[in-house]
Amino acid sequence: MPIKSYLVFPHAGEKSKLTEKLSELKWCEVMPAENKELLVLVTDTTDEADEENCLKKINALTELEHYTLVSGFE
Amino acid sequence: MNRREFIKKMAAASAMAAAASIFPGIVFAEEQEKGIPDGEINWKKSPCRFCGVGCGLKIGLQDGKAVAVKGDPDSSVNKGLCCVKGYHSVMALYARDRLTKPLIRKNGKLVETSMDEALDLVASKMKETISKHGKDAVSMYGSGQWTIPDGYVASKFMKGAIGTNNLEANARLCMASAVTGFLTSFGMDEPMGCYEDIDHADVFVLWGNNMAEMHPVLFSRLLDNRLNRSNVKIIDLATRTTRTSTASDRSILFKPQTDLAIANAICYEIINNGWVDQEFVSKHCSFKKGKTNIGYGLEEKFNFKDEATGIDMAEYKEFLKDYKPEDIEELTGVSAKDIKFLASLYGNPNTKVTSFWCMGMNQHTRGTWINNLVYNIHLLVGKISTPGNSPFSLTGQPSACGTVREVGTLTHKLPHGVVMNEKDRKMAAEIWKVPIENIQPKPTLHTVEMFRALDRGEVRFMWIQVTNPMVTMPKLNRYREGALKEDRFIVVSDVYPTPTTDIADVILPSAMWIEREGMYGNSERRTQHFDQLIDAPGEAMSDTWQIIEVARRMGYEKLFPWSYEEHIPKIWEEYSLFHKGEKHGMAPYEVLKSQPGAQWPFVNGKSTKWRFHAKYDPACKGESYDFYGKPDGKAWIWSRPYEPAPEEQDGEYPFLLNTGRVIEHWHTGSMTRRIPVLHQAVPKAYVELNPDDAKAMGIKNGNTVRLISRRGQIELPASVNERGKPVRGHVFVPFFDEGKLINELTLDAFCPISKQPDYKKCAIKVEKA
Repeated sequence: MPIKSYLVFPHAGEKSKLTEKLSELKWCEVMPAENKELLVLVTDTTDEADEENCLKKINALTELEHYTLVSGFE
Repeated sequence: MNRREFIKKMAAASAMAAAASIFPGIVFAEEQEKGIPDGEINWKKSPCRFCGVGCGLKIGLQDGKAVAVKGDPDSSVNKGLCCVKGYHSVMALYARDRLTKPLIRKNGKLVETSMDEALDLVASKMKETISKHGKDAVSMYGSGQWTIPDGYVASKFMKGAIGTNNLEANARLCMASAVTGFLTSFGMDEPMGCYEDIDHADVFVLWGNNMAEMHPVLFSRLLDNRLNRSNVKIIDLATRTTRTSTASDRSILFKPQTDLAIANAICYEIINNGWVDQEFVSKHCSFKKGKTNIGYGLEEKFNFKDEATGIDMAEYKEFLKDYKPEDIEELTGVSAKDIKFLASLYGNPNTKVTSFWCMGMNQHTRGTWINNLVYNIHLLVGKISTPGNSPFSLTGQPSACGTVREVGTLTHKLPHGVVMNEKDRKMAAEIWKVPIENIQPKPTLHTVEMFRALDRGEVRFMWIQVTNPMVTMPKLNRYREGALKEDRFIVVSDVYPTPTTDIADVILPSAMWIEREGMYGNSERRTQHFDQLIDAPGEAMSDTWQIIEVARRMGYEKLFPWSYEEHIPKIWEEYSLFHKGEKHGMAPYEVLKSQPGAQWPFVNGKSTKWRFHAKYDPACKGESYDFYGKPDGKAWIWSRPYEPAPEEQDGEYPFLLNTGRVIEHWHTGSMTRRIPVLHQAVPKAYVELNPDDAKAMGIKNGNTVRLISRRGQIELPASVNERGKPVRGHVFVPFFDEGKLINELTLDAFCPISKQPDYKKCAIKVEKA
């Protein structure tokens, strides 16, 4: 049951699109900042395989510049 | 809201807090920011368990368990923010292999026993050793993670009851040079400033201090100030490129050990350019020189005593002539232009400058000297003891200051003063109600020498609490073999199995952090209390109470008369007697219980933020500066030369090894490696190589590399162009991984004044395995 939170940085001008795409992913809950180019992402997966799959999908998003782990609960 | 939803909210809150530290003023939609509902969660305050920053936490309690953490918004230290270790700290309480029952070694195997039997055995072995070999054959080795009550009862037990000065703590390995630096320059230990300096300074100079990883919450305050105030500059002066370097405005790399020459060159420039604050220096400083060519402590029973001789400004200027920036470029690897730039930052009368440092300067065979030299810079320009002007030595452990430095759990120290001083011994004897003859007037063994004495057989019994020396001691092979010799008896109190419990004859399970009541003291003289918030597992017992139980079994029950329910407030009350007065008064127990800490000197109900200036410090005489730690009320500017490290690169060992930490792990990893998210982030140690060195040796990222020193060898995966980048000819290895004991390679040389070992430079060979 890993629950993790990340800071997600979109490429310039891609915040809305990235928010939309992340929101469509099964395990993801997205909280975009209102005044900065930054999103908070919380992932809630059932096991390590799910989590790996989830990260793979996130990494494949072209709007994503980079993201960084903040906290995690196993 | 169910538990899972709650955890998700917590995870989101952590990320929003982290975002706020990077982008002050960031706004999230209101419904997302709505507070975490209290529900069945009961929030209680505690300082963080990990580093010396001393962040205030709120611990979420549910059904008798600690289930969540958030930063305490009322704490002036972290203002609601935590680092990745702090947010996960409570998970360190609950790993599967927690020690819950005492173990004793029988026929070579550890077997479970009762706490009573284990404590009986510890007491009887201690008595037997004293009777066979004398009082100085028993020793205790504690920690900057000891709570203040732990350290206080340890000092009273060893120095007041048994009558030996064989009491040391692992802060000898991390903070001793800071202590001797303060004592030699100011006559009193611990920083004169506080974290609020960060909100006032214009320039931050980080001396060999990777703050972004080691003190991330404080570093975020630096970044926050830089975002809000356009004049703020961060200068990273280091021996390797780190995350701190990349976040700084300027990164200046220097050759290890030559910080001594750089600091003197900055002073040369300050004087040469007429930037000295003449009035401050003439009124408030005196000039001294000490002994030179002072050795490295490599010989058994090495002995050294420094002597201060008064000099004048002219002699000091003459001494600095060897440090003209142009003349030390080759030695230091720093251009004269960069040294002049640094000097101009300190010398500009319109800027406020704060210098930060930690292990880079302290784990140094001239650690005391380099501390003195950075104080010299601040003193020459009068930038000290006022908001934003601060030479600031940071600590690495939650109570290195509170317990080891203030309680004084080192061989030469007492809770007030030193064993060598009759007046201090008399005070201790009166408060402890023991004959003054019990307290021995001579220091015995500092940490390295204590482990050498264990190897030689002069020490036969050692009780180790809250620390992991079989990972952290330099030249580790010798000290492990010494501890395993016949007729040595080792007791280890800890919360998890470690390489140190592997050498134990008795293992006592300890109550950890919020499983007992206690106090920690952080880097800015802040004492922080925490209640017992949850039950300790199994038979685990606090280190304080373990010592009391053993002391009582040895016949010292009159010295430790307190009931379990009242022992912490009673200990605090007794300990506070040592520090009564305006120079070091401690806050009352009730005050500590009610707020996120108080800074000593605590006078007339108020914390003292800046010491040695009458505007902020009620202990000062006069209207401005008063360095009352020294008899003449003056701070000392020291003439201290550059002297080389004991081991340098040569044809046979052409690389220099530097060791340290990473943000995810705390010290030897015995707690953070049991927190899955932190362990997964950095599961194993590695060796950072310079990309050009790696290319020249045909080494790629992940290849196995063999490191060989004169003392041992190790194989590690290579890390090239990842987290940190050493300069050519240097490598870096973190020490958190008990499966890869890098200290089998390090050298046990130490600063002859502080006796603190140097973990930052020893000569090695590097081979592709």
